Amino acid sequence: METTSHKFALQVEGLHKGFNGKSVLTGVELCVPCGSVFTVLGPSGSGKSVFLKCLANIIQPDAGQIRFDGHQLTFGDRASQLEFRRRCSFLFQSNALFDSLTALENVALPLEQTTDLPNKVIRKRSMEALKQLEIDEYAGHYPSQLSGGMQKRLALARAIVTHPELVLFDEPTAGLDPLRRNAVFTMIAKYQRQFGFTALIVTHDVPEALVASDRVALLNQGRICFEGTPSEFSASEHPVVSDFRDSAAALQRELAIIRSSPD
Amino acid sequence: MEQCEAPYCKIFVVLTLSHAMFYWFGSQTLRIVEGIGDFSLFTARAFCALAKSKRLMRRIFSAVHEQGTVCMPVILIVGLFTGMVLGLQGYHVLSRFGSQGLLGTLVSLSLVREMGPVLAALMLIGQAGSALAAELGIQRNTEQIVALETMGVNSHGYLVAPRLIAAMLVFPLQTAVFVVIGFWGGSLSGSLLLGVDSGVYWSAVQRAVEFQDMRECFIKAAAFGFLSISTCAYQGYHSDRNASAMGARAVSASTTRAVVFSSILVLVADYIISSFFV
Repeated sequence: METTSHKFALQVEGLHKGFNGKSVLTGVELCVPCGSVFTVLGPSGSGKSVFLKCLANIIQPDAGQIRFDGHQLTFGDRASQLEFRRRCSFLFQSNALFDSLTALENVALPLEQTTDLPNKVIRKRSMEALKQLEIDEYAGHYPSQLSGGMQKRLALARAIVTHPELVLFDEPTAGLDPLRRNAVFTMIAKYQRQFGFTALIVTHDVPEALVASDRVALLNQGRICFEGTPSEFSASEHPVVSDFRDSAAALQRELAIIRSSPD
Repeated sequence: MEQCEAPYCKIFVVLTLSHAMFYWFGSQTLRIVEGIGDFSLFTARAFCALAKSKRLMRRIFSAVHEQGTVCMPVILIVGLFTGMVLGLQGYHVLSRFGSQGLLGTLVSLSLVREMGPVLAALMLIGQAGSALAAELGIQRNTEQIVALETMGVNSHGYLVAPRLIAAMLVFPLQTAVFVVIGFWGGSLSGSLLLGVDSGVYWSAVQRAVEFQDMRECFIKAAAFGFLSISTCAYQGYHSDRNASAMGARAVSASTTRAVVFSSILVLVADYIISSFFV
């Protein structure tokens, strides 16, 4: 794997994005250290996915700067985009697996289309990636024949097969039960340690993210309103952080009020 | 309404109507020009991506299989019955003038110049074109196309270009098969069922079809292949642009548009190409 020469894998400055006159991101500032698991938390509709898609060059930001390994990314510059995409992978919320290709073909595709490696090497590397994620026995299966957890692992295998320096995870645990959520975060932490990539996750699953991440940030109303370690997040007195972090306690209080009030 | 106001009122109505009409024509014209420009850029991107596309031959072979082998039964059946109908109708028309001997000429020229390329293209649009539009529409819907782009894979080069190359190879071949089977269909109904001498039929076919007719046939087939598959790919690839339908409806709407637009394009192109050869 190529090593990054810069202290921060990603630096975001003053990122703005709006749709049809409505601002979604209003000046996001963020620095993601190299080799860390960094989680961006935020309520639904706070612009987390838009933020991640701006980073991945899928959506063009209205203003702001994104630096990857110290180099500024310019939207529309094909060479800069290709270089970024060669070194970065994106794990979609829906996995975005190619449903007409087998698991092995899915994993092999980025290598086949972006490298000049011989077929034997591509097959070997793809099988290794499947083996590392413990789904090598399903190499000949189509994504629709796999369970939700296996599909997630397959998507991760496809993301890491190119040995990226940065992996962007868009709501990797959306719609999963608590046990599967734990399994996905464990998987991310395990393989991040194994492969050494920088992981940037956006999610709204607070407890799991706090356990699995090195640093967390909270995105609210298009801005980062908190950034720090998980322990700093747990101890923060910031009203938005405490509201978001203690949402279960707030629910308990509201339910207690409803139950105690006369009908 | 008072009489003195009537002329002003009429002028106002005429001006309002003409303004609305010009506005409608203007906006429609702009929309069509924008669509043609976007479509041209789409196909240009696909061809430009060919240069950097990796493992292209494998994808071209796969597309040739999709458009060629899979569609062959339809081509054979439609070709045979088109020839048989031409033989039947042609025999009854020609027998009025005692010219049954010209049945081979009528069947062969109809098939080679017009019916072969057009009907084969329409059949291929119905089977391969609609399948392509639906496949790309679903891939767009399920973020597979965006996933390709995030991997650094040129989606035009990976998904569209091999299909376009395959179409320009397969459509002429399928048309040739259609025409030959059509000759046999004409012979079946004309000679076997209606009694035209087989030797007379086949010698008329041989005499009628010239190199120029074959050239026209293949040029048409290649042009129809390019136009129809690029239209179907364009509609499927941009299925998310339709604001009036989302999700599965967007895929079905884009598939319908793909079949309708490419069929119309084939007929328009047929007229234009024919006008150069006649």
